[in-house]
Amino acid sequence: MSLLEVVEDIGRQVALPNAASVDVEARFPKEVFDALKEKGLLSAMVPTDLGGNGASVSEIAACISALSKYCASSAMIFAMHQIQVACLVRHGTTEYFQSVQRDLVKNQYLLASATTELGVGGDVRTSKCAVEIEGERFRLEKMAPVISYAENADAILVTARRGPDSPPSDQVIVLVEVADSELEPLSGWDTLGFRGTCSLGFKLKTSGRKDAILPEPYGDISSQTMLPISHIVWSSVWLGIATAAMLKAQKFVQAEARSKPGTTPPSAMRMAELFARYSQFADTVKAGTDRFEAMSSDRESLTSVGFALSMNAMKINSSNLVVEVVSDAMNLVGISGYREDSDFTMGRLLRDAHGASLMVNNDRIHLNNSQLLLVHRDF
Amino acid sequence: MDADIREILREHGRLAVDALSIGENDDLYQAGLTSHASVNVMLALEDKFDIEFPEAMLRKRTFESVESIRGAVQQLVG
Repeated sequence: MSLLEVVEDIGRQVALPNAASVDVEARFPKEVFDALKEKGLLSAMVPTDLGGNGASVSEIAACISALSKYCASSAMIFAMHQIQVACLVRHGTTEYFQSVQRDLVKNQYLLASATTELGVGGDVRTSKCAVEIEGERFRLEKMAPVISYAENADAILVTARRGPDSPPSDQVIVLVEVADSELEPLSGWDTLGFRGTCSLGFKLKTSGRKDAILPEPYGDISSQTMLPISHIVWSSVWLGIATAAMLKAQKFVQAEARSKPGTTPPSAMRMAELFARYSQFADTVKAGTDRFEAMSSDRESLTSVGFALSMNAMKINSSNLVVEVVSDAMNLVGISGYREDSDFTMGRLLRDAHGASLMVNNDRIHLNNSQLLLVHRDF
Repeated sequence: MDADIREILREHGRLAVDALSIGENDDLYQAGLTSHASVNVMLALEDKFDIEFPEAMLRKRTFESVESIRGAVQQLVG
């Protein structure tokens, strides 16, 4: 079985039956992650010589979209984990990080991320907190407004200033073990959508071996890996939500058509329109993924203005298209899409879809692109 | 040219250190240059030297030190 088939199975058999309770109770989808871990999917991107599957970004993106059709919260957690794995795989060249990757394969660790910080206005390329090194150990304290699924994770990648004297933009990224950390919740997580991601804020107090600091500057890791892969895997989650909405709409149209064979139901035209919009979305995500894969080993080009602009644009377009597709699907289905107690309900899909433009707010991304466009030349 | 580049860095680079005395090979990103500030540095350089950075130069390495900026500007002023 391919990775995609395995994930599709887990989606149908485990994620789907639990999706409603994950959403209602805003709880971590433990059953889904137990199943993903059992099949070794948390280390899918680790290279084969370290024991993983060596999965490409496009393979992982397809798995994420598949899972998202059944439970977008599960898919978002899976996606966020893979972003962290990609950082370790692409930038963890030291002996320490090679052994971390082997351990990841063996123990199927779930990795979380703490990039934002209270008091920096949501700019992940700025840190207030700093790594403090003493001998072979480091100490770090961070006020993080969001660490998704922190209490269910085994380790967290945390950004911080390189040292107490470093300017706010001179950041490193540190792999901290949850077992070595104190996590004091700062907020709850009662939201419209993506409720199962349990994205609470925490005061994080931690320490560890200084080997656990990734050797490259965070700025490089961000532009070459974390940012583009985040946009790709998030967009893949949203695409899965749109796919789920489209499949429901299609079932509705098919049922109408079957009830009166020989006449094309009015909703069939809406379905054709919906499919055109959906295709635009799917192609947008595919083009962005292909663009990254074609350039992925040319680290220098990944820091270019043109590449950043295009990945930012993909995020903006995907996050808008998911709301359009799900809303249009609900209009097509009508009142049974609006009802929460029908098979055609679009409730959770619509609530999840609206998170897309807010997680890294589209306004912030437009602001970045508006800057970059002042110097960009080649269209 | 060096003095002009340093003056532009001082005005637009928002560095944590003095741009007029920073070592010519010192890493400007470690000195606090952000991508936002680097765009402003680019714009000021384009205005000062009446040049346009081609797309191939619009990447992180071009602006990583005083020396690399000088190299890029020299190439463009010809």
